[in-house]
Amino acid sequence: MINPFAPVGRVVIGVLAEIGRFAAFVGRAAASCFAPPIFFGQFWRQCAQVGYFSLPVIGLTAVFIGAALALNIYVGGARFNAEQFVPNIVVLGITRELGPVLAGLMLAGRVSAGIAAEIGTMRVTEQIDAMATLSTDPFRFLVAPRVLAATLCLPLLVVAADIIGVMGGYLVAVNSLHFNGVIYLRNTFQFLESQDVILGLTKAAVFGFIIATVGSYQGYNSQGGALGVGRATTNAVVGSIVLILAVNYLITAFFVE
Amino acid sequence: MTLPKLQLVGIKKRLRGRQVLDGVDIDVAPGKSLVIIGGSGVGKSVTLKCALGIMKPDAGEVLVDGADVTRMPREIRARVMRKFGMLFQGGALFDSLTVWENIAFRLLYADNVNRTEARERAIEAMRKVRLTPDFADVRPVELSGGMQKRAGLARAIIAKPDILFFDEPTTGLDPITADAINDLIIDMVKELGCAAVSITHDMASARKIADEIAMLYAGRIVWRGPASTIDSSGNAYVDQFVAGRADGPIQAVV
Repeated sequence: MINPFAPVGRVVIGVLAEIGRFAAFVGRAAASCFAPPIFFGQFWRQCAQVGYFSLPVIGLTAVFIGAALALNIYVGGARFNAEQFVPNIVVLGITRELGPVLAGLMLAGRVSAGIAAEIGTMRVTEQIDAMATLSTDPFRFLVAPRVLAATLCLPLLVVAADIIGVMGGYLVAVNSLHFNGVIYLRNTFQFLESQDVILGLTKAAVFGFIIATVGSYQGYNSQGGALGVGRATTNAVVGSIVLILAVNYLITAFFVE
Repeated sequence: MTLPKLQLVGIKKRLRGRQVLDGVDIDVAPGKSLVIIGGSGVGKSVTLKCALGIMKPDAGEVLVDGADVTRMPREIRARVMRKFGMLFQGGALFDSLTVWENIAFRLLYADNVNRTEARERAIEAMRKVRLTPDFADVRPVELSGGMQKRAGLARAIIAKPDILFFDEPTTGLDPITADAINDLIIDMVKELGCAAVSITHDMASARKIADEIAMLYAGRIVWRGPASTIDSSGNAYVDQFVAGRADGPIQAVV
């Protein structure tokens, strides 16, 4: 007789096993970031890859989001005569939420996928095995520099995104909505609190860690040639995005309470 | 009698519900070359990975100079693995590095040798495997299959290992290039005085580079003897494999 609970049990065990494997990977990744040898050359290379080369896409995203946000808040605020709050809500929305989340999502597509594809290809072409035979721990050489670089660079990118996003809102407010530029900027800076910036940067660091660990995990465990690398890349993007959105809520709730 | 440099004792490994290795025993002495032959999927690569420490066997011992590396702490095992050199089937060169950086990888990242000295030693290793130093600064993707094998061999020998492993060293090469690689393997083993373990199903290569040949079938070594006796082994599995016949005790997987 077929046990109807068996398939459900198999799925649950499979999911729990995957969570366990990922947790062990994350623990090893975090430990590798601080255990010598630290490959500084690899770290700087990843900083350029994750940080510097992501700047254009993050900047473009931020400027358009800031501009659109200003327009929407103006329209919404006009319904109860609160148009003057555009600068306040733009800066709040960007620093606390949209800056880190959109930067995280853009990097999930750009960086997490890239990491999964690169490490995955190295796995299926035996380059990771080769590294182990050359007395070099692939975890410290490949995973740790990526995790460190993403965790440290994403907050810097978010600072840039915040500034560019606020400027996007400023340009629309001043040029299309006829705000006074000086008053707009004064309201922005007066309203902004250090707690808003800390929340945004905390999120950014956590999102950077998620992006690098999920990408590395998927790549490191990929198998089955090009098909496996493709699957790892897709899983890295989807996994990073879901985790970023879930963790974003948890961090926000923690700071609000 | 010379003490074996490397010994695999009763190695067992199960993968995806299949008993791939079911008690593999091999040993190889310094200066000797052992070739493991066998059909596709019999576990030759798994044997090599267990010996190298890339894969942990379910049971059995991997002895290097008499010490079991499977029970050593990770750091000590890493030190023992410095005695190993490996030529992978596809070369397994790192795409993001130049040829000389690939060859000098161990010197640069594990032994902390400065770049100038590492480059000099890499170019010396390139000369040894008859790869012109003109290719030192190009990426591996610009090399032909034979050149990639030479670069892989240079990377394997640069730190003067005690034990060299070769995974299908001639697969995918034309007969002339394959023979050149075989000559290089013989020269390198002789020059370094190291123990060599190769896996292949290329019988021409096996005959040329082996002092001894072992046949792996159904997870065990079913025959072992001097390379010169491979044609008169009296073993039905070996006879069928050497003759390349579809009929016999080995069932072809198609």
